[in-house]
Amino acid sequence: MSSIRFHTLVVRVENKPGVLARVSGLFARRGFNIESLAVAPTDNELFSRLTIVVDAESAPLEQVVKQLDKLINVVEIQELSPEDSISRELILATVNVDEGREDQIMREIESFEANVLSVGDQKIVVSLSGTPETINDFEAVLETYGIVEVQRTGIIALSTITS
Amino acid sequence: MKTNGGKALMKNLEAQGVEIVFGLPGGAILPAYDPLIDSSIRHVLVRHEQGAGHMAEGYAHATGRPGVAIVTSGPAATNMVTPLADAMLDSVPLVCITGQVASGTIGSDAFQECDTTGITMAVTKHNFLVTDAEQIPQVIHDAFHIATTGRPGPVLIDIPKDLVDANNPVSQFEDYEPSGHDLPGYKPTVEPNLQDIQAAAKLIFQSQKPVIYSGGGILKARAAEQLKDLAELLDIHVVTTLMNRGGFPDNHPLALGMPGMHGNYTAVTALQQSDLLITLGARFDDRVTGKVDAFAPDAKIIHADIDPAEFNKVRSVDVAIQGDVGKTITELIKAIRELEETESHADRSAWKSQISGWKEKYPLVYDEWQTGEGLKPQSVIEQMRDNTPDDTIVASGVGQHQMWASQFWNFNHPYTWINSGGLGTMGFAVPAAIGAKAGKPERMVWAIDGDGCFQMTNQELVTARLENFPVKIAVLNNGYLGMVRQWQELFYDERYSEVHLQPDLPDYKMLAESMGCVGIRVESPEEVKPAIEQANEINDRPVVIDFRTEASENVYPMVPAGKSNSEVIVHPSQGNEE
Repeated sequence: MSSIRFHTLVVRVENKPGVLARVSGLFARRGFNIESLAVAPTDNELFSRLTIVVDAESAPLEQVVKQLDKLINVVEIQELSPEDSISRELILATVNVDEGREDQIMREIESFEANVLSVGDQKIVVSLSGTPETINDFEAVLETYGIVEVQRTGIIALSTITS
Repeated sequence: MKTNGGKALMKNLEAQGVEIVFGLPGGAILPAYDPLIDSSIRHVLVRHEQGAGHMAEGYAHATGRPGVAIVTSGPAATNMVTPLADAMLDSVPLVCITGQVASGTIGSDAFQECDTTGITMAVTKHNFLVTDAEQIPQVIHDAFHIATTGRPGPVLIDIPKDLVDANNPVSQFEDYEPSGHDLPGYKPTVEPNLQDIQAAAKLIFQSQKPVIYSGGGILKARAAEQLKDLAELLDIHVVTTLMNRGGFPDNHPLALGMPGMHGNYTAVTALQQSDLLITLGARFDDRVTGKVDAFAPDAKIIHADIDPAEFNKVRSVDVAIQGDVGKTITELIKAIRELEETESHADRSAWKSQISGWKEKYPLVYDEWQTGEGLKPQSVIEQMRDNTPDDTIVASGVGQHQMWASQFWNFNHPYTWINSGGLGTMGFAVPAAIGAKAGKPERMVWAIDGDGCFQMTNQELVTARLENFPVKIAVLNNGYLGMVRQWQELFYDERYSEVHLQPDLPDYKMLAESMGCVGIRVESPEEVKPAIEQANEINDRPVVIDFRTEASENVYPMVPAGKSNSEVIVHPSQGNEE
């Protein structure tokens, strides 16, 4: 078992009522920690796709995967390794812009190639999509200005194409 | 042809081979009880929904067929939570049908509404909320498949009232026979991998101190014969966990009996000192392992199980074999026979003589009865054992009486021992015995119960009398919550906190008689055997014997909670090293 703490699992589940409750209930009652969870329907309406980032410090990954697999509505589980996958996350944040710091924050936003979605009186709303590391770095920068409100989507991921 | 949800429910239960269901009607399930009148299915009317659940479990334990319970919504569904949890932990195939408030009122806090599928999610293998009457045939087909295949377990089907109401247009649909299953995420692996089998066979050949650690999976897989074949082929001793008592005959020379917290010294110590545990359908439960880090420290582990999540869950394995344990054993026997042509087994003679030495030095013992004492519970069980047919089915509750029953009965046939192992459900014995009798009417069924347990579910004796299930109940009445009393004596400086029950209240004889049973009270040792014989002769109604047992009696051996199995405490007369 690798010593990586956070593992990304892509879980294909039947698109049925209560499936998310089954997954989250399982994590809660077995003491498995979820770092992030993203869920949406797939191109096939019968199935949804969950991207779960699991904290393997709370329980061995093998147990997490096998217990998940016991859920009747779970169809397929795939672990995506960082080397062979692409991860993206989206952040939305409302940030304070104190007088005199307007230019500075705009330069930071440009350097991340982030977007300004709304501008108000000494506040702006920004967004950025990128790797989880980029999003972490961006959020750290925003914190130096003062974050009013922030929402991250959690990671979604796909395998890279091997040629 | 048009049908409706209620009719379809009965028809599809019949199609699954259901002959008997245990239940109690109420508002939300009411429309489903009307077509029941015209069905070939026998309904047993219980006095409490928990009783229906445990009866269905007892039926499933005794017959191997899925037990079925039908109850209404709300409090009936919550009363079913305990049997579902019990069946989940002991892998009992169970299908439970609950009524639900009408589709349109779900979520409105309607009368007798509760979120049944939400509440039971954690205590079922799977559950269904029917949202369209047309789903009923398919859901029943799928539910029985899930309950009985792979690692068996309980499945609940929650059906809103309007969908089974013949007078409601939403219950009408075009009838169909379900073909195949709509379960893309459910494909249990049954066939073992032959490379894993080979690797296991090699480990067995190298082992000098092997033990077969057999669990409830043997009974679930109906693999008792294969287990015997394997043990005899290898000449290796077998421990049978609490869930596999009867899965290997106690009268077999290779039988070591039950391991664990109250296992016998030899079974506990053989596991502990082994160099190879051949684990077949067992799950390294904490009651077997004691302190996990100190459990069988020198043993390599072969672990065969239908549920791969059991591998490495508690104990790291050296060879894991996923699949049906019966098929696994059959393949293992083949592989061993092949290997025997070229290789020979390691020398195990020293190990065998060590085991015989322990068996001789540390048999299960208890003190002689002294004048003035209550009956010796162990002696009562021995006399029941010796004065009943060899294939008698024994159900038990949870506590001291359960441990003594497992220790002192001889289980020589599979499916003769029915108890609540994983959940430890007090009150299990009476309804489970009734369910077993319903499934095996030709067999003698005894429940060995404690007075604490008996007071939780004894009202089902009314059910037993009215429905003609002449079970026999031995209440080992010591007037205490005996196992808790024992722990308070040993680990809480004899500070007894809320464990005294009072042996005379209720009056068990009168209570039994008031429920239409024969009630017998036994206070002195010479009355024990005649009372058992009298009970054996009664076949037209249940019998309850109130055996007045000694309150100070403790269960030995004992591995204190959290301690290593090397620290097993034997009976005081056998001496404990300091």
